[in-house]
Amino acid sequence: MSGGLSLGKDLVGLEELSADQVRLILDTAEPFKEVSERAIKKVPALRGKTIVNLFFEASTRTRISFEFAEKRLSADTVNVATAASSVSKGETLVDTARNLEAMRIDMVVIRHGASGAAQFLGQRIRSNVINAGDGKHEHPTQGLLDMLTLRDRFGRLEGLKVAICGDILHSRVARSNIWGLLKVGAEVGVCGPATLLPRNVHELGVTILPRIEDAIQWADALNVLRLQLERMQSGFLPSLREYNRVFGVTTERLARAPKDLLILHPGPMNRGVEIDSDVADGPHSVILPQVTNGVAVRMAVLYLLAGGSPDWAQGGGDA
Amino acid sequence: MRPILIRGGRLLDPSRGTDEVADLFLADGKVQASGRDLGRPDDALVLEAAGKVVCPGLIDLHVHLREPGQEDVETVATGAMAAAAGGFSAVCAMPNTDPVTDNQAAVGFIVSQAQRAGKARVYPIGAISLGQKGQQLAEFGELVGAGAVAVSDDGKPVVSSHLMRTALEYARTFGIPVADHCEDPTLSAGGAMHEGLVSTRLGLKGIPAAAEEIMVARDILLSELTGGHVHLCHMSTRGSVELIRRAKEKGLRVTAEACPHHFTLTHEACEGYNTNAKMNPPLREPEDREAVRQGLRDGTIDVICTDHAPHHYDAKEREFDDAPNGIIGLETALGLAITELVDSGLITLADLVLRMSVMPARIFNLPGGTLAPGAAADVVVLDPETPWTVRPEKFYSRSRNTPFAGRELRGGAETTIVRGQVVFQRRS
Repeated sequence: MSGGLSLGKDLVGLEELSADQVRLILDTAEPFKEVSERAIKKVPALRGKTIVNLFFEASTRTRISFEFAEKRLSADTVNVATAASSVSKGETLVDTARNLEAMRIDMVVIRHGASGAAQFLGQRIRSNVINAGDGKHEHPTQGLLDMLTLRDRFGRLEGLKVAICGDILHSRVARSNIWGLLKVGAEVGVCGPATLLPRNVHELGVTILPRIEDAIQWADALNVLRLQLERMQSGFLPSLREYNRVFGVTTERLARAPKDLLILHPGPMNRGVEIDSDVADGPHSVILPQVTNGVAVRMAVLYLLAGGSPDWAQGGGDA
Repeated sequence: MRPILIRGGRLLDPSRGTDEVADLFLADGKVQASGRDLGRPDDALVLEAAGKVVCPGLIDLHVHLREPGQEDVETVATGAMAAAAGGFSAVCAMPNTDPVTDNQAAVGFIVSQAQRAGKARVYPIGAISLGQKGQQLAEFGELVGAGAVAVSDDGKPVVSSHLMRTALEYARTFGIPVADHCEDPTLSAGGAMHEGLVSTRLGLKGIPAAAEEIMVARDILLSELTGGHVHLCHMSTRGSVELIRRAKEKGLRVTAEACPHHFTLTHEACEGYNTNAKMNPPLREPEDREAVRQGLRDGTIDVICTDHAPHHYDAKEREFDDAPNGIIGLETALGLAITELVDSGLITLADLVLRMSVMPARIFNLPGGTLAPGAAADVVVLDPETPWTVRPEKFYSRSRNTPFAGRELRGGAETTIVRGQVVFQRRS
């Protein structure tokens, strides 16, 4: 394997990674999948390491996934969930960072409502920082687990056509998928109402698919984003009903596809809004395998940032 | 007060079309004479200016001095000293202090603080509306009586077109301009930077250029309606420059200003979530920067101002969304203007003095902006050549929030003279 290749100190986003680094993480995740299938789901890779999961925003799935990844690598973990962002009250993020530093922790997994928060933290502490979602910027481990799931099913990423559908404007999942997929040679389309497509997004190198029918004709796989239900109040959409009628991924629409499309969704789903239940629960949905892969990808990231060698992981992780 | 003889410098006074090597004699707070080999009164302080440029003191129509309310980041005295060090003999202080400069007592306080400081002149700008709340007109007559030279709700846009209309009409009575911060808040709400490719990549909410241009267009229409003088603050987009160009072709009473950061930087300065590149209006695209430069070249934009906006380092040391807008500019403006505009061949040094001294004085009807005999003895001796590096820790300003730290610039103030007295002399 890629001797000498590493991720650096932090994982802030996929934009900063090279194609080789993206592949390194995906390849390292492969042997970690097996750990979760064992009766005793534990390897000693991060024994003695302390990790803080610092969640300034509510999260169930991502936080639990990280926590399982950490525990299966034998790290000692502490969860800090704080509803109050630094905007309104409480200590500033820089003070939080300094306090964590003073406790000599090894890694911080941070979820924060402000874009750039993970990078901000990473620049101010010596510990490794992993971005578990910062504002509308990136959610790199989600992007990686989506890519791993695609690679599992198609056997490759290069040349694959992936359409990301929904609220691209406010989505960190979309940005991480766009960067990661483009790096390894996949084609990326974005599909959603024009109010929810970011300015100049085509300059990132993606194809704009104005209608969901266009995405279905074009793609090999659809990654259907969760629609934040408050987007109506802020004037981006008239109603959920209309959104489902115009942009919903439905069986009827998929039936007109030239081939079977793989269906991904980062969760949590709004059934009957962006995706119909029979699609989510249907034969081409990989929504639950995504969740399974999430643990393996996060184990790989934690392991690599801690300085682990990919060869060791390939060998089964028993050294 | 000791007379001053500035000897052998290049006298550059675009107000009279003067550009010659000559002496300049100042006494009794006024310019007395200029010419070759002026005699020297025995008691005069002689400043040798060979190889230097002697011009009317620079005037900044747009600064925030934070007093009263935030004296920990700037005061009238520290701001006036920073101004002098930047070659400015006068600055105009925006009213978004705490409390707001919306009454004669508040205006009088700033005037007296400036007199006590005795550095650059500080002219207060009064608020358009009480508390800058955008509802009830402030007492322009009393503001002007106490020393205000213009009115503005800067920091906030005047949302109500009706209020802007009445402000323009009422200001005519007192012969003052209404300076507007052009921003449609329904388009800019929650925005942290320019809306474009960089905001898309960083996942930050953008402020579209149209948020500025809509208000520029409105203000131009209201100037036409009322005959009032609207002064458009810190123009940042190519669309704004085009709108102003057309308004001027129609002969409307519209003037405009632009800041060094908008003719120097683009939204790419926000990369890495650099909060010292966060300002409002935001840094825009290369085409906008070029339009601002061309506007300054052809006079569509009348003046260069700084929008000097001090903030505590803690306030900028945080998430980009939560950091306050603005950068300081008094001590970098001249160097940036010389480096970016004059050295690049876009404008001459005389044009620069026009945009930083002559036109500001004319637009706000202030003393200075000329070296004509009898004019205020507000003079700056410039060294347009010597390279220097921006070191914020050496600033006279109480704040350090600048995106230009470490930048190599050419040109700066050697000596600043206000009311016939040396208020700044560069340490050699």
